Amino acid sequence: MKKLLAGAAIALAALTTQAAADGHANYPDRPVMMVVSYGAGGATDFQARIVTMTAGNEDALGMPIAILNKPGAGGRVGWNWFATQAEADGYTLSAYNVPHFIAQSIKGGVEYSTDSFEPIANWGADPAVFVVSTDSEMNSMADVVAFAKANPGKLTFSGAGLFVGHHIAALQIEKAAGVKMAYIPTKGGGSAAMKAVIAGDVMGGVNNLSDAFRAAAAGNVKILGVADLERSSFLPDVPTMMEQGLDVDNSSVNFRGVMVPKGTPQGVIDKLAETVPAMFANKRVAGKMKAGGSPMHIMNRAEVQAMWAARQETLEALLAGL
Amino acid sequence: MDFIFYFGDVFTFTSIALLLAGTFFGLILGATPGLSPTMAVALAIPFTFKLDPAQGLILLGALYTSTVAGGAVSAILLKIPGAPANIATTLDGHQMAKNGQGARALQLSFLASLVGGVFGILVLIFMVKPLANVALFFGYSHYFWLAILGVTIIGSLGSKSVVKGLLSGCIGLWLATIGFDDILGTQRFIFHPALGGGIHIIAALIGIFAIPQVIEMFAKGRQKVNMEAIEVEKHSISQAASEITRNPRALGIGTAVGTIIGLIPGIGGQIAGLVAYDQSQKFSPDKAKYGTGHPEGLIAAESANNAMVGPSLVPLLTLGIPGSPTAAVLLGGLIIHGIFPGTDLFDNHPEVAWTFINSMLIGQVVMCLFGLYIAGLAARIAQVPQSVMAAIVLGLALFGSYSVQTSMGDVYVMGALGIAMYFLERYGFSAAPLVLGLILGPIAESNFVTGSTIAAAQNGTFIYFFTGWLNFILIGLVVASIAYSAWSEISAKKGATA
Repeated sequence: MKKLLAGAAIALAALTTQAAADGHANYPDRPVMMVVSYGAGGATDFQARIVTMTAGNEDALGMPIAILNKPGAGGRVGWNWFATQAEADGYTLSAYNVPHFIAQSIKGGVEYSTDSFEPIANWGADPAVFVVSTDSEMNSMADVVAFAKANPGKLTFSGAGLFVGHHIAALQIEKAAGVKMAYIPTKGGGSAAMKAVIAGDVMGGVNNLSDAFRAAAAGNVKILGVADLERSSFLPDVPTMMEQGLDVDNSSVNFRGVMVPKGTPQGVIDKLAETVPAMFANKRVAGKMKAGGSPMHIMNRAEVQAMWAARQETLEALLAGL
Repeated sequence: MDFIFYFGDVFTFTSIALLLAGTFFGLILGATPGLSPTMAVALAIPFTFKLDPAQGLILLGALYTSTVAGGAVSAILLKIPGAPANIATTLDGHQMAKNGQGARALQLSFLASLVGGVFGILVLIFMVKPLANVALFFGYSHYFWLAILGVTIIGSLGSKSVVKGLLSGCIGLWLATIGFDDILGTQRFIFHPALGGGIHIIAALIGIFAIPQVIEMFAKGRQKVNMEAIEVEKHSISQAASEITRNPRALGIGTAVGTIIGLIPGIGGQIAGLVAYDQSQKFSPDKAKYGTGHPEGLIAAESANNAMVGPSLVPLLTLGIPGSPTAAVLLGGLIIHGIFPGTDLFDNHPEVAWTFINSMLIGQVVMCLFGLYIAGLAARIAQVPQSVMAAIVLGLALFGSYSVQTSMGDVYVMGALGIAMYFLERYGFSAAPLVLGLILGPIAESNFVTGSTIAAAQNGTFIYFFTGWLNFILIGLVVASIAYSAWSEISAKKGATA
């Protein structure tokens, strides 16, 4: 028995060294886990489940991707875990949200930064929008700015936490209009922030385009402006902030994609960077994403690296004064 | 009455098969410690990709109702609440099982679940439109007062001494502050990486309830006493049914409390059982029997946590606002088919909305039948010798706490809290108030922080938290609850000295 065990151990060791030697040609040979730093049912979780649903196909990874939720503190809990505890062997992936994790790392108090992770590919881009309840008297960003100018610090508007995309958009709007408003970070993600708007707990809110699109379709909110460079195909009638005279670029757009921890073998990164964007481009994935009102935006590894670097710079400038 | 026209859609071959499969697996998942209703529903979402929307929802609805009810099985037999909803079930349910009445306890719990569950869904069917806006009445100040109202019952819940109850509640409130602050993102009390995500409520539940009894069982095993298995009393279903009808007060209080709390998004499932248990005890002539295996406590808790299911879906189906983590996952199941719940769901997609609701109604009946069938078998678990049982419970506790987030950190937290709880219990502190503190702490805190931020931009904290009719009512209830506790403590002391 002992001999058998020893033999098995040697064989196993031989196998693993071989796998390492040939650049992980067999990767992945077991199911892969993907950490989502937000709760089940939230927009990131929901989209992550859709874009990974074809991972088991032979033309994708050939192995399924299981979603693991580690929610808390605007994503800090999950990314802290991923940066410090996750094994860099390619079997633990994580979803990223930019600008959230970059802004949090600039603000400090977390154990990650853009240097802790290696991007693989981007699947979606969800711009922030400004919403008010259906019965609000404000009908454009000009109305919002006029109210804020007349009542400094009195205009309450919700968003899903501090140093997330919504907060970045809020800071940019205040800065562009030269006004002071009361940003109200809520617990419970975008849906809690949206509920505050619908219920009249706050006068307005910054929220995800995808969620606001659904809430507007249901007749619960009005969307006054999109914080992006161009109008969205989901909301062709809603003007951008720039069109309304507010100098707000796409820094707050919520880019969602996949990353691995720093130190993951290059062979694994290359394999993922090659297959994952194609997996996102799958027709079934695109169909489900469109039905759910979730804007897709596929970017490869090189494009995401450039995007992360650009965001790092703009966010450092924006957050410097805080 | 529209819903009747859509009953036909539930009785197709595929729908019935999905309903049975969902209920069966739901009961098993619900009975497994660590697998909460939210997780069970999330696990099933990929299966619904291939189904049409109504069928997908039948599966999810059946899973939701049956996991909530299935949680009672491990709560009663093993004293491990599968989810926060089942905490109150352990208080009397497990005592009954220890007295050899496991079969009776399970039968009562499934029948109470059926009554509560059906009532809750009937409220959903007939009142969905008038109740649509109830969720919107509750702002941050109201949630804060609701959480405080919950805190006021801590002292009286499941412990003999009010002071010790309050102290355990405070420990729970402190544990809740560990980890990242949810709004501001500051770190608090993180002196080990396993605490980075805070104390996960399910890991805490498993540790606090399961580990002390494991230690106790091992200790007894060494003494060579109590090795004898408990004699399991046979209990027929008709006896259970007549017993349920003889307890209209507990059943009524449980159902009413569950329905009302279910309508308030974000609080529902976690505390419905505990509040119903507490209220039922306060209105009962046999207060002293609660906690010793009194069927009333079990009936109140189980009817409440199932009555909550139907009303908790009102804000989701009418406004698209998920009222609970499980509802958030159900929302994903709708969106994936391009259905956006909102004011017009019942007009534009009646076949989806009503088929879903009808299937939950029928699912309640199926769940109860399955449950009654397994009750007799499951109760025999009491015949397993204690030393073996200790190993089984410990194994389930390790598995359950690990599976919550596939993280060893949660296992350490579970173990540490469990061992600490063993010593606390020896000194007369009980688990239920501690857990209630752990649940209510974050609700009170985050709503106070958000509310006071809004108040600062408006008329100030005092006006925001202390004016308005809903605030008045809630503050009144808080005062009444404290006054009642004080009065009963004083009169109990007088009774003792007289």
